[in-house]
Amino acid sequence: MEFLQSIDYWLLLRCFVVGGLICIIGQLLLDKTKLTSARILVIFVTAGAILGGLGIYQYLIDFAGCGATVPLTGFGANLAKGAIEASKEQGLLGAFIGGVKTAAGGIAAAVFFGYIASLIAKPKIKKQ
Amino acid sequence: MNPIETPQTYQEYVNQKSPNSPILKNCFNAFWVGGLICSIGQIIFEFCQYQGLDQTSASTVVSIVLIGITAILTGINIFNRIGKFAGAGTFVPITGFANSIVSPAIEYKSEGYVMGVGAKMFTVAGPVLVFGISASVLIGMITCLLI
Repeated sequence: MEFLQSIDYWLLLRCFVVGGLICIIGQLLLDKTKLTSARILVIFVTAGAILGGLGIYQYLIDFAGCGATVPLTGFGANLAKGAIEASKEQGLLGAFIGGVKTAAGGIAAAVFFGYIASLIAKPKIKKQ
Repeated sequence: MNPIETPQTYQEYVNQKSPNSPILKNCFNAFWVGGLICSIGQIIFEFCQYQGLDQTSASTVVSIVLIGITAILTGINIFNRIGKFAGAGTFVPITGFANSIVSPAIEYKSEGYVMGVGAKMFTVAGPVLVFGISASVLIGMITCLLI
């Protein structure tokens, strides 16, 4: 397979380690504080958006690829990146369009697959 | 039974009686499962680039594929089991965002498709979108001011 030879295995390792470390931060927040998982997700997205807005997160993406983009911090950084790029082109209008536009694929996929799954899957019966 | 005299002996007594904190084990599981999910994403990403997609489209494809896999695994009730084992390892990556939408969509089906599936879908994802999108609009406005 030509594709398997084209994979950058060193990058894959960095991706594994960085992605894992971000998850450890989440696990520590979950175990050591009384934050609920919803709050932790909000913190991760906001932190990612701020780090992305400051341009810091891009270094992590360059270093670890999907290790930085797949965690929710990457989702936040992606929103910020889209907003900045669109604002530079379209001004204030871009500030409203840019963020959601870059994240549109993920949001639409989650909503659509969620709806399809609810049509097909049966709710599990909770044991009393 | 002897009364416990000093704080030190009390601490020893507590340590002896309480179960070992599973925090190290939790972190280890979160680390390797989270790392593995990101690595799967990376392989999909490189495959997309190999097929000639640009970076932005490739990362969108990664999100969509990971969300699709999560929806299927949630539907057949496997994702929750992985989630119990891996903790933050599954809910910090985009899979957690997807699960937070798909799981209530299935659970609240009995309350109807509009106020059940449609509304409850966003119990966790709603806040994430509210704060994420608001932050992005603010950052865009700041960019406008700085230029």
